[in-house]
This record gives sequence, structure tokens and C-alpha cells, in this order.
Amino acid sequence: MQQSPDISNTLMKKRFRIGEFLAEKVITATAFLSFTFIVLIFVFVFRETLPLFSPPEPVATVEELGEQETYGDLVLTEAEQAAESKEKNKDHVDEGVTVENLAGDRWQPISGKPKYGLLPLIVGSLKVSLIAVLLAAPIGILAALFTAAFAPKWAKEALKPVIEILAGFPSVVIGFFALVVLATYVQDTFGLQYRLNAFVGGVAMSLAVIPLIFTISEDAISAVPKSLTEASLALGATRWQTALKVILPAATPGIFAAVLLGIGRAFGETMIVLMATGNAALTSADPFEPVRTMSATIGAEMAEVVFGETHYHILFLIGSILFLFTFTLNAVAEIFVRQRLMKKFRGD
Amino acid sequence: MTKTKRNILGAIAYSVPAFFALMIVAIVLYVMTTIVAGGWGSLTMDFLLGAPEEGMTKGGIFPAIFGTFLLVVIMSVVGVPVGTMTAIYLSEYASQRSVLARLIRFAVNTLAGVPAIVFGLFGLGFFIQFVGAGVDKALYDDGLLHWGQPNILWASLTMALLTLPVVIVAVEEAIKTVPRELREASLALGATKWQTIRKVVIPNSITGMLTGGILAVSRGAGEVAPILFTGAAYFLPHLPGGLSDQFMELGYHIYIMATQSPDVEATRGIQYATTLVLLLLTFALNFSAIFLRYRLRKRIIT
Amino acid sequence: MKRFIATLLLFTFTPSLFAADVITVKGSDTMVILAQRWAELYMKKNPNVTIQVTGGGSGTGISALINGTTDICNASRPMKPGEKQKLKHRFSSLGVEIKTAKDGIALYVHEKNPVKELTVQQIKDIYTGKITNWKQVGGSDARIILYSRENNSGTYVYFKENVLDDEDYAPSCQNMPGTAALVNAVSKDPNGIGYGGAAYAKGIRDVAVKADEGAPAMMPTAENVKSGQYPITRFLYMYVKSKPTGAMKEYIDWILSEEGQSIVTKVGYFPLR
Repeated sequence: MQQSPDISNTLMKKRFRIGEFLAEKVITATAFLSFTFIVLIFVFVFRETLPLFSPPEPVATVEELGEQETYGDLVLTEAEQAAESKEKNKDHVDEGVTVENLAGDRWQPISGKPKYGLLPLIVGSLKVSLIAVLLAAPIGILAALFTAAFAPKWAKEALKPVIEILAGFPSVVIGFFALVVLATYVQDTFGLQYRLNAFVGGVAMSLAVIPLIFTISEDAISAVPKSLTEASLALGATRWQTALKVILPAATPGIFAAVLLGIGRAFGETMIVLMATGNAALTSADPFEPVRTMSATIGAEMAEVVFGETHYHILFLIGSILFLFTFTLNAVAEIFVRQRLMKKFRGD
Repeated sequence: MTKTKRNILGAIAYSVPAFFALMIVAIVLYVMTTIVAGGWGSLTMDFLLGAPEEGMTKGGIFPAIFGTFLLVVIMSVVGVPVGTMTAIYLSEYASQRSVLARLIRFAVNTLAGVPAIVFGLFGLGFFIQFVGAGVDKALYDDGLLHWGQPNILWASLTMALLTLPVVIVAVEEAIKTVPRELREASLALGATKWQTIRKVVIPNSITGMLTGGILAVSRGAGEVAPILFTGAAYFLPHLPGGLSDQFMELGYHIYIMATQSPDVEATRGIQYATTLVLLLLTFALNFSAIFLRYRLRKRIIT
Repeated sequence: MKRFIATLLLFTFTPSLFAADVITVKGSDTMVILAQRWAELYMKKNPNVTIQVTGGGSGTGISALINGTTDICNASRPMKPGEKQKLKHRFSSLGVEIKTAKDGIALYVHEKNPVKELTVQQIKDIYTGKITNWKQVGGSDARIILYSRENNSGTYVYFKENVLDDEDYAPSCQNMPGTAALVNAVSKDPNGIGYGGAAYAKGIRDVAVKADEGAPAMMPTAENVKSGQYPITRFLYMYVKSKPTGAMKEYIDWILSEEGQSIVTKVGYFPLR
């Protein structure tokens, strides 16, 4: 008699274990999806760039194909005929691409001799990101310092939702605002020649980057151990001295990570630059000239490109570069900075 | 350092950061007022519930609202369960030092940092050109495209992938607030791990899942770059009737109306009002998420 | 509210429930408004036909025709040999071309710009970067700010091949995603110049164009475009796989009829004759 509950108990356990086993496996497998998709993103974005390195299929000439049928009873005038045949006989022959071409400083993908120079696009992306981060970093970091170290409680409570609102602005809304309002304002203020330019794009982009830099910096500043702050105050330092000489240096790695992630965000953001930078593929250092960024180029050209042609693969190549760049920035911010931060506070 | 000098420095050190904090508030207010002022007049019931007319120079944005709604629903149906399970794995099953857990955590962080446009490329290269074209070849074999072209399913899946980290982070945060004692009590009473998760952890983190879902929807409704070439359409005479249809979307509508509408000045009101609708939508979503999280945090204290 | 229910009903019940014939039209964004107007009116007169119009661009439309996902493709440029080859490969037909309307590409400047006319050669030199100051073409001493369409648009390609003689645009040329953005940019830029379909907007003015130094200066008016005297004129095309029959033939014939052509004028393009 005494044995039976034990037996049933073991039986129960056994049955439960199968359920357990399945649940754990299903959950683990699902969790693994994130990793699978990172690998897939790598594979598929890079896969579409590979055909660049093999010669494209030859295309038949007009003579070989013959005339296309027409419908309707329209009779063309001589001038119209001439203009039309001139246009029809021109076909950009897909000859693939060379490394010299990619390294050039002209982006003219639709052309008798397409020029796929990536330099102006890279310069464009860097210019906008730099302007955005130069504006957003001081604002974001100092506002974070204020919130974490100085602000009275009510100010803190008021500022946090405002930041969340800013973070919640869809980028297309910021782009729209930049295109319609900001661009005119900036042009009138500085008397600029170009209404849409890298600076306008950078200012608009900083709106998207500020919340990111603010949030991570604020985290880093709040994570500075209370003991450090208290020790400093106990030694007679004022609050601002403590903030500038103790808290800020201690939070530097986190703030550094915030800036890196900010650059990554600005580099990859599409809609704002697509709408606000003028999209001219110029290679210059002037911040008030229009630029064409890498992300905007993909956004503008991918929808109408002929699938499988060199231009299509080049756009994927640009995507790969974007991906690699942001991936590296994130990895550096994550691994290097976080670990240093941990070590610093643990003291080992 | 004299005392006055120190006081002045102190005042600067205090007021400069305060000024920047105030500046952020001012920027947000300015952008919002501009958009509200520009769009309020055009925001009527007919605008919200009508279709674009006269070659998109008049009429409403109902198809775009409907498309956005459908997009985020399909996205959530796929994204929230996957995100929740990942969060449960990370916080309940994985030991923090295991290679798999660190791999997954790294993947989630990476996913959060991938530019939106790259998700768009991935959606095109993987979902449309690989999965979709593969399905066409396997099921139809008539040489025509059925699934191998942009549609709402591929756009939603792309968006689900983009918003996955948002869900994971929110759910994990919620799971963390479930007190250890509750779990231990459940385990001590003889419940197995899965039973504890099902009966104790999940019910206590429903709010977190909701928050995650809402934040994901807010993010998904606002992103345009991933759907530029995975399914959004310039104009459609009909609402999408199936998963293989294209759709109109609010954010995309703003973009095309501001840059490609036939008469940009005449449609200014439509542009502002569409922007206002999208903004109000994301605000409503974000605020409910903030509210839920606030309630959640309160629970830890009490 | 009534409007809402009407919209819902329209959306829910139109697709193929009552319609005997469904014709899908896809392609050029330049033509999407025009195609939409045609479809709306035709469906009103022939309730048994459903016509679905989507944009996406000339290239997208031609790809769709090749892939068999559309019946009619709209294109603001002629099909390229490479595309014809693909179509032949798929359907053993080169496709059938239908000219549906004419479009005059206007050059816009700011309304305060004193320059009233330009020759095609001057336009070419301006857009390739050989002329950089308005002074060189009789204007005030200011740098010329170039605006162009995005490089995926049929208009960009047409302008490049026919006005620039296939030379490259100057790199400082700002690419705008649509005619609207371009018109808007020029209207706010006293030194700007842009090109595109006929546009009526505040703040901009069309420039008269001369085919060459001795030719008369022409404005892009309906008459000048129709007669072909305006030098920068192009056709807007429709492409189908094979000679149209049945409902499709009736639709296309209607588009080419006087009634169909009268709609062309309403959306800013020009009828064939």
C-alpha cells in the first residue's frame, strides 16, 4: 500500500518529462531563430552581390530581334520617327563592373557607360552621419547628465516621456518635417545656395539620433556606483564637480558606446536622407552641398532596377557595406565597451 | 579657485546641460505644433474613411490606414510569439554563460542594429526571390509569379524580423519583474519547470508581452524603408484581399505624397494630415506602452 | 459615414465577383494617374469589366509583363532590346506597342528668373555642367542649381538620351524622387532649373525652348507638343504580349478613341493628334 503513491508519482513525472522536453526544445529552437536570421541576412544580402564577379549574359541587338508590332492607327511624322528610333536603338549594354569603376568618384548607374563609383555615396553617408552625431552627441549626453545627476525629480519625470516621444517619431515624419519646414528655415537663416543639403539631412538625422544617445548615456551615468558619487561629495567636492570629474569619466565607456551606436543609426537611416539631402552624388567636403547617401541610393533605385542586372547587384553590394559597417560598430560597442565597463567597476 | 569663480563655473555646469534638456523639449514641441497646425484642418471623417480621389489630389487615406493595420496585425501574429519564446528561453532556460544563450543575445543585439533598408534588401532577396519564387516553382510550375513578387505577407514578415528585438527586450524585462519567490514556491510545490513557466511566469508577464507587442506595432507602423520594395504600393483601387496582394501604407503614403504627388502644393493639407494621423497613431501606441510599463514597475516596488 | 460604407462596399465587392473580365495594368508612375482616370471612367461605362491599375515604374511594369503578372504594361519609355529578348524567350512574342499619349518635357525655372528661352544645346550644356552661371545664358550673375528626376524614372532616361545626347548629368545635379518634389524645389530656389511633365504650380515658370539657334522659341503648349514643334516631346506607351482581343481590345480602342484621348489633357499630358 505504501508503495503505490510513489509509483504513480514516478509515472506522473515521466509523463511530465516528455512535455518538459518538448517545451524546452520548441522554445530553444524558436529562440535560435534570431541567430538563424542573422546568418540568413548575411547570406542573402551577400549572395545577391556575388553575380557581380561573373560576366553577364549577352543581349541581342535590335537587328537580331526584329521589329516590334504596333497597335493603333497613328502615323508618325518624320521627325517623330527619327527621334523614336534614336531612342529605341540606344540600350545600355550590361557589361558587368570592374574594381576601378567601383572605386571611381562618379555615380551614374543609368548611362551608356554606367559609372558605379561608390566614393560619393560613402562620402555622403559619412558627411550626414558626422553632422548628425556632432549635433546629437553634445545635446544627448549633456541632457542625460542633467537628467541623471542634476535634475529635480519632476524634471526627470517630465523629460523621460518627451524623449520617448522623440524616439517614437517615425523617420518618415522627421524626413517630411525636414523637407517641408526645416530646409526652408536653414536656407533662409544661413543664406544657402542649396535648399536640400547634407547639413539639413544631418540636423534632421540628429533628431533621430538624440534619443538613442540620450538613453544609453543616461543608462551609463545612472550605472555609476553610488559609492563613487558619495565618496566624492564626502571629500567636499560640489555636485557639479562630482558630475564632471567623477560621474562623467566613470560613464565614458557607456557614452562612447552610445556615440558609436548613434553613428550606426545615422549611417543606416534611409527615409530622412532620401527626403532631405538633395540626393546629388557629389564628392566634396562642403557640408552645405547636397549629398547622396548609400541608404538613400538603395531606397531610391531598387524599386525600378531590372532584377539580375549589374545595377541590381551593386545595390546589394552597397547594402552589404552598410550591413558590415553597422554590424562592426554594434559589435565594438557591445563587446569591447560593455566588457570594459564591467571590468572597470568590478575592479578586475 | 575662489568661491565666486567656483559658483560661476557651477552655474554654467548646471545650466548648460539643463539648457540642452530644455532644447530637446522645445524641438519636440515645435515639430509637433507644426504638424498639428498643418494637418488639423484637413483631418475630417471623410479624410479618414475615404479613398484617394482625382488622381490622389483629393479624398482620404482609408486604404493606407487599412494597409498599415493589416501589416502590423500579420507582423504581430508572427513576431510576438517568436519574441516571447525567445525571451522565455533567455530568462528561464538558458544559463547566462552558455554559448547558445550568448549567441542568441548577440544575434538579438545585432538584429536591433541592422539598418531598416538592409531588412528591405533581405526581404527582397530572401522572402521574395528565394522563398516566394521557390513556392511558385514547387506549387504552380506555370512560369508565372504568384508569391515571388512583393506582397503584404513578405512585407509583414520583414517587419516582424525588424521588430523582433523590441518584443524580446520588453518581454524579458517583464519576466524579470516576476518575483523569484513565486517561482520557487511553485517549484517547491512540485510543479515542473514548464508548469511553472506556464502557470506562474507567463500569466505574470502578460503585461510585458502586451507592451512588447504595442512597441513593435508602433515601430512597425512608422518604418518605411523595409517595405519600399517588399510590398507597399503607390496607389491601389482595392483593399488587399489576400496575403499575395500589395497594399498602401501610411508612412509610404507620406513619402510619395510629399515627393511624387501630381501637385505638391495643392496636397500639402493631405500630406500634413496623413503625417498627423501616423504621429497620433504612434503616440497612442507609445503612451499605452509607457503606461503599461509604469504599472509593471510599480509592481516591483510594492 | 455614408461615404465610408460606400468605400467599404466598393472595396469588398468589386474584385471579380460581378465582373466578367479583369484587366490588370501596371507600370510607369508618370502614367499611373492617367491610367487610373481611364480605368475609372471606363469601368463606370462598362460595369462588367474590372481594371486594376498599379504603378511602380516603367521597368517594374515591363518586368511584370515579362513575368506574366500583368496584362498591360504602362511605360514612359520604349522597351529595350534586352527586355524584348526576355519577353520573346518567355512567350515567343516580341510584344505589341501602343502609343497612347504625348508628353512634352517642360523646363521650369523660378518665376523671378529673367531667362525666358533656352536652346536645346544650352540646356544640354547646363545639365552636363559646361554652363554653370545664369549670366552665360542671359540671366543674372548667379550659379545655376540643377534639379533632375531620380535615375530610375523614364523621364530621366529620356532627357539624358535625347537632350544630353547620352552624356552624363553633372554630379552636382540633385535627384528628386518625383516631379512634385522637383517642382517644389525649383519654386523655392531662385537659381534653380528643373525638367518634367507639364506642371502647374505657384512660383515656377516654363522656359521656351528652341530646337537650335535659328528656330523659333516654343512653349510646351498642347498645340506645340501635338504638332511636334516643341523640341522635347515623347510618347507614353502601353505594351501587351500579343495583339489585343476581346475586352482588352475594346478597352484599348476606347483609350485611343476621342473620348479616351480627351482625358489625357485633363491630367496634364497631350493627346496623340
